[in-house]
Amino acid sequence: MFDYTFQWRPALRALPDMLAGAWVTFETAALSMILGVLLALALTVMRRMDNPLPRAFANLWVSIARNTPSLFQIYMLYFGLGSFGWHISSWAALLAGITFNNAGYLAENFRGGLKAVPDTQMRAARSLGMGAFQAYRLIVFPQLLRIVYHPLTNQMVWAVLMTSLGVIVGLNDDLTGVTQDYNVRTFRTFEFFAIAAVLYYLITKVIVLVARLLAWRLFRY
Amino acid sequence: MFSTSLTANDLLFMLQGAWVTLKLTAAAMLIGTLAGVVFGLLRAAMPYATLPLSWALDVFRSVPLLIQFVLFNSLKSLVGLDWSAFTVGCVVLGVYAAAFCTEIVRGGVLAVPTSLRRASRSLGMSYWQDLRYIVLPVATRVAFPGWLNLVLSVMKDTALVMWIGIIELLRASQTIVTRIQEPLLVLCIAGLIYYLMSLVVARLGARLERRWQEDD
Repeated sequence: MFDYTFQWRPALRALPDMLAGAWVTFETAALSMILGVLLALALTVMRRMDNPLPRAFANLWVSIARNTPSLFQIYMLYFGLGSFGWHISSWAALLAGITFNNAGYLAENFRGGLKAVPDTQMRAARSLGMGAFQAYRLIVFPQLLRIVYHPLTNQMVWAVLMTSLGVIVGLNDDLTGVTQDYNVRTFRTFEFFAIAAVLYYLITKVIVLVARLLAWRLFRY
Repeated sequence: MFSTSLTANDLLFMLQGAWVTLKLTAAAMLIGTLAGVVFGLLRAAMPYATLPLSWALDVFRSVPLLIQFVLFNSLKSLVGLDWSAFTVGCVVLGVYAAAFCTEIVRGGVLAVPTSLRRASRSLGMSYWQDLRYIVLPVATRVAFPGWLNLVLSVMKDTALVMWIGIIELLRASQTIVTRIQEPLLVLCIAGLIYYLMSLVVARLGARLERRWQEDD
């Protein structure tokens, strides 16, 4: 029944290339997280505005990002924008898609986080003579960060996992892309993808570990 | 500008794809919930003895689903199982869902106050009676929103099965796009279908949640 001999040697020989791919994966995820956090902050502010137009826009963004598959979002950017004559590279589509997704999910987290910071904190800060911006920066933001820190790391892990979707729109220099390249050349599917899986596992574990160390350093009273 | 070569047949093809998406979701959630409840109860009852289980399940949460599909699909061929791609999709998604469901169930069970369980035991209930009549109803209400989120996320993740050759909603729309070359329209329809499916599941779940809270 089982008459397959594993050939790990060619797979291990590809390891340097795959590590380079892993770095691209990490970079893409980190970049999408940075952009995603900025966009999510903007969306959170927009959702708290009195003007219904930005509020509706932000709500639409969040609900689309959360209710459709991330692969669909990447497709939309890769194929959909082509209808307008914008042909973007698969990496740009991947980055934009994940950023769109991250921003939607994080905006929701930020909203929950802001709700969890008591209003009285803001009022107390204002009555101590702080300006609105000062109060946000010194009082609300540090408390918010504690609340959204865990969801943020989670989202970072998700971003890394989502970068694997790039291969479907033809990206070939991230970890999955490199693996797929080797796969179609050698047909040692199991070996190559097993190594990719191990690398992904390690990346996510390293992220979680670093986040935990950072939290330990940041959130000491 | 507003002319299109999208035919009713194409729409039907997409709806069939959506049906496959729903079937996959249902099957994966069935496997995932059954396994998740068992594992979650074990995790809550014996936190230290089942640590290896939690490490094993953690692997499924830390490796991209796409890679899990490819790995399992090739493993299936290596071992010589004669499974259809659909079965492979169901199994991989099911295990993936189980990994998340375990944590949800564990959280729900741990949210039942110890004093409540002690009270039920001191009323003369056996361990199983306590589990069946006290822990289960309380934990279900706590865990339900998380479970519903899992359903929604699994439904979105079914889009990845296209890589192992199952024609679900997104793959069906891609096939149509390749033929009629109107990506924006077709993808918008696909997105709308996904959105509606999510909305219906979320609404039904919210209604159920409300109904459960009435008799509190």
